[in-house]
Amino acid sequence: MTTAVGRRSGADAASARRPVPVRVTWLVVAVLALALVAAASVAFGVRAVTWSDVVAGVTGSSDTLAEAAVLKRVPRTVLAMLVGVALGLAGAVMQGVTRNPLADPGILGVTTGASLAVVTGFAFFGLAAPTTVIWVAIAGAAASAVLVYAIGSLGRGGATPLKLALAGAATSAAFSSLISAVLLPRVDALTDFRFWQIGGVGGAAFPRIAQVLPFLVVGAAICVLTARGLNSLALGDDVAAGLGEHVTRTRVLAALGAILLCGAATAVAGPIGFVGLAVPHLCRLLVGVDHRWLLPFSAVVGAVLLTAADVLGRLVARPAEVDVGIVTAILGAPIFIWIVRRQKVRAL
Amino acid sequence: MTGVVASAPGLGRRVATGRRRRALRRRGIAAALAALVLVLFAVSLMVGDTFYTPSEVLRTVLGQTVPGASFTVGELRLPRASMGALAGLAFGAAGVAFQTMLRNPLAAPDVIGISSGASAAAVVSIVLLGFDEAATSLVAIVAALLTAALIYLLAYRDGVAGTRLILIGIGVSAMLESVVSYVLLHAATWDLQTAMRWLTGSLNGATWDQLLPLALAVLVLGLVLLSREHDLGLLQLGDESAAGLGVRVERTRIVVIVAAVLLIAFATSAAGPIAFVAFLSGPIAARLVGGGGGLMMPSALVGAALVLGADLIGQFAFGNRYPVGVVTGVLGAPYLVYLLVRTNRAGGSL
Repeated sequence: MTTAVGRRSGADAASARRPVPVRVTWLVVAVLALALVAAASVAFGVRAVTWSDVVAGVTGSSDTLAEAAVLKRVPRTVLAMLVGVALGLAGAVMQGVTRNPLADPGILGVTTGASLAVVTGFAFFGLAAPTTVIWVAIAGAAASAVLVYAIGSLGRGGATPLKLALAGAATSAAFSSLISAVLLPRVDALTDFRFWQIGGVGGAAFPRIAQVLPFLVVGAAICVLTARGLNSLALGDDVAAGLGEHVTRTRVLAALGAILLCGAATAVAGPIGFVGLAVPHLCRLLVGVDHRWLLPFSAVVGAVLLTAADVLGRLVARPAEVDVGIVTAILGAPIFIWIVRRQKVRAL
Repeated sequence: MTGVVASAPGLGRRVATGRRRRALRRRGIAAALAALVLVLFAVSLMVGDTFYTPSEVLRTVLGQTVPGASFTVGELRLPRASMGALAGLAFGAAGVAFQTMLRNPLAAPDVIGISSGASAAAVVSIVLLGFDEAATSLVAIVAALLTAALIYLLAYRDGVAGTRLILIGIGVSAMLESVVSYVLLHAATWDLQTAMRWLTGSLNGATWDQLLPLALAVLVLGLVLLSREHDLGLLQLGDESAAGLGVRVERTRIVVIVAAVLLIAFATSAAGPIAFVAFLSGPIAARLVGGGGGLMMPSALVGAALVLGADLIGQFAFGNRYPVGVVTGVLGAPYLVYLLVRTNRAGGSL
């Protein structure tokens, strides 16, 4: 199956090498779309506000209820964009590292692992300091990524998409049960429970964003720096080694960047699935398979999608809100299914 | 083939002896499993905040009035244990039916999203629509059938490939589970205990009213599945060979799918999607009994033993009481990982 995928993406590379003007155009479109959804995210919500309220709120005024509501939406928008960048980028890198079209931080159990680590820390080790939470989440993400990859790559054929997806689903199911087991006796943790089972950006505040920002910046920098290496990896390990690429080093470094991004994003927003899956596929259609373009583009489109999903979640069920993790699952799962249907698999 | 083997002198007799011995062994293990289920059932009735002796429990079950025990055992523990046993039987039988038919241990209804279809429908029907239990069962059944049909159709492209079916099931169940989470976490009047029933499965709050439909379903659908077991075994040889041996392939397949999905739907609408029981029972039964024969009965018994045992563990092994689904989830997931590792090592068809 891996070879089939590799061959296909090779063929795509030939037909999908987009000229630079097309790529630049798409990038400009994506950035404009991001500006648009950011504006929408500040303007729309459970409470309907006028444009003058929006302007006043964004400039820091909180005299009226409407302006205060707008003021609260600003950090939320920033957080949604940051988490979207992190997950889009992490998904693209994971798909590159594992050469697996189904790779996604949620499907591979990485975000659930981060969640479990944090919940365990809260419950048994008195975890409280926000920076420590981020480290613990990253450690959990790393541990579960290694575990899932190890389980998925055992045996003949290495890490095929199916084996990885199943290993991820099994691991996530186990971790979810453990999270329930830890949280169930702690009724006081009910609000946390919600947050750690389904991701959301509703509780955003600037101090927390500031704590997580350095991790996101470092992770994103590592990911973007490995773009050239990921291009070589796409040709297969042997060819990449022949081209002078340090295959293992590139892979470990890129995975590290992706894990930093997912761990930090989960620490601040809880587990959010399918963004990392859908975004790189969409981006590959638009700008082709060159990771030097794909990675930045995935980051921007990830931010657009997550912010848009958050706005949608606020609007569809007024006066209640639908957490962004639920919106992405409902919108993302059909994309997952579509990708699966496109794959060639052995007949029954 | 038998003729070729038997032509060697003495071999025929040895094959016959071996077959008889295996059949005897299978029957012995099935009896042992049934005894285990009975013991676990009895222990579930006796143990609790107050301990009742076997004779007190027996008298209560037989309908006599025993002070204290009549209420505790008759109204609380008996429905709970019966629901556990019935749900376990249903999950075990339906799970192994799917696994046998799709020739893949991973193709259990809880892995490929049919349980989450029933679960999502039940939650929507109870929380959002305010339906009573009978209507909820009906909604869950329709939804489970629709989910199964949807997954089958989505996986269909020049035939249904097992791997594609499983992956699509994972996608569909991710979607449906997020529906369950959303409905539960935003229903203000909904308490966490009840929510857990629909998230992982629980026997809390089992009542006699819920039991009757489940018992009937297990009886009727269980018999249907058992009657098709032989044909199901032949289907494993491939569609053409099975047809050559006189199996009506498509009809068998449809009957088995519908019966198994209905079993899952009834059990889920009563006890929630008890995690991993449908997935685990078949492989465990296969290990205990060995290959070469029907697994339906042993697997159903393993399912019942799993649910009853896990419920006892969840109730009494820790300081807190955990719903049964959390226990089976924590126990079952490592086994799933182990199964993946073992299949991968053996170079199995993943």
